[in-house]
Amino acid sequence: MKRRDFLKNSLVFVSGASVCASALEFLDPREVLAANPEVRWAFLVNTHKCVGCGFCVKACKIENEVPFEANVTRTWVERYVIKRDGEVVMDSPKGARDGFTSKELDQGASGMRRIPDEEISQAFFVPKLCNQCQNPPCVQVCPVGATYQTGDGVVLVDRSWCIGCGYCIMGCPYGVRFFHPVEKVAEKCNFCYHRITKGMNTACVDACPFGARLIGNLRDPDDPVAKAVMTQRVGVLRDEYGTKPHVFYIGLNKEVR
Amino acid sequence: MKNHVWRPLFVVIGLVVIILLIRMAYVPADFGVGERGYMYGFHRQGNEQEWKEFQVKYRGAAYCAECHEENSSEISASGHGRIQCENCHGAAFGHPEDPESLAIDRSRELCLRCHAALVTPSSGRAQLPGIDATQHNPGMECSECHNPHNPSLEEM
Ligand code: SF4
Ligand code: SF4
Repeated sequence: MKRRDFLKNSLVFVSGASVCASALEFLDPREVLAANPEVRWAFLVNTHKCVGCGFCVKACKIENEVPFEANVTRTWVERYVIKRDGEVVMDSPKGARDGFTSKELDQGASGMRRIPDEEISQAFFVPKLCNQCQNPPCVQVCPVGATYQTGDGVVLVDRSWCIGCGYCIMGCPYGVRFFHPVEKVAEKCNFCYHRITKGMNTACVDACPFGARLIGNLRDPDDPVAKAVMTQRVGVLRDEYGTKPHVFYIGLNKEVR
Repeated sequence: MKNHVWRPLFVVIGLVVIILLIRMAYVPADFGVGERGYMYGFHRQGNEQEWKEFQVKYRGAAYCAECHEENSSEISASGHGRIQCENCHGAAFGHPEDPESLAIDRSRELCLRCHAALVTPSSGRAQLPGIDATQHNPGMECSECHNPHNPSLEEM
């Protein structure tokens, strides 16, 4: 390539690229959503409001027929205790099915642990569930098309088509999937698809006495969840994986993974 | 045409045809590509409907109020009004046809879910009245002294 051509091409490329960049800058998320007036389900969790009562976990297990005694849950609540010296201790006994009623933190194999009250600087609860990612790796890795995403953004598992290979359980970076002890297929939260498509709330949202959980439609500008996502400082879990989670959190901090 | 190249090839072609035939019979007619394309939408379309038809069990407080109007308006004015009836009385599915199906939870543990004192300075739990479960009348059901439908201590 001649030097003159190289300079000319570079100039064309750079000016072209800058046009793209400027076009991106003016992209208003509200306009993008307005252009697509369908439904996109999303979830909002307010960790400031959650008291760790676990009513949500109990309701979910009963509503979705997840065996009550088995140590698996579609949604669970984690307790974080941050000590004055910076150490972070967390637990989630039985997924918080019976709530947090003890000051003892369940540390699994290393037993129970009690943090003296005066050493605690922060302590809070973080409800977790399937993030209904926009780019769900669990769907990408399913070899048979049993895990898929609906048009309104919910990831479902076809129980009659799942072969139980467990790839999706390995593929999910959030660890929300497990094998259903009775159905013997991959299982996870599906935003109570049978309820939200009838205009109801999910069972956990209904059960929560403190309004720590909300489900809504991101495409509806009057929806409280859409409004909060647009106007408040919300976070998502493990943004760095690029899965684009649609469970948004108010009051996350870096200790929560 | 009888030589060592063609014969195995016919076997392979035959196998492929058999596999394709089995696949035609086995894969349901509604198996296809959904709205999100091959990467995310490759599935049996009928399954979306199957999930929509899954049985609803929790009906919500408004459903309870259809028959229990008095109780529900009284309770909703109390400090426990924000708690769904079904959190303590069990999922309404099967009720009223089969009243026995409601398993009322009167246990001490149910109340402790919110009222066991924990040090949680950065969450809503800090605003709830809490007790030390080992000191405050251990072994007793809270409802022996407190009215769960109106927890106000003044009106006890
Ligand atoms: S959170 Fe996990 S299971 Fe849920 S959609 Fe994302 S990758 Fe899939
Ligand atoms: S029901 Fe609400 S307050 Fe209780 S643990 Fe669940 S999210 Fe938190």
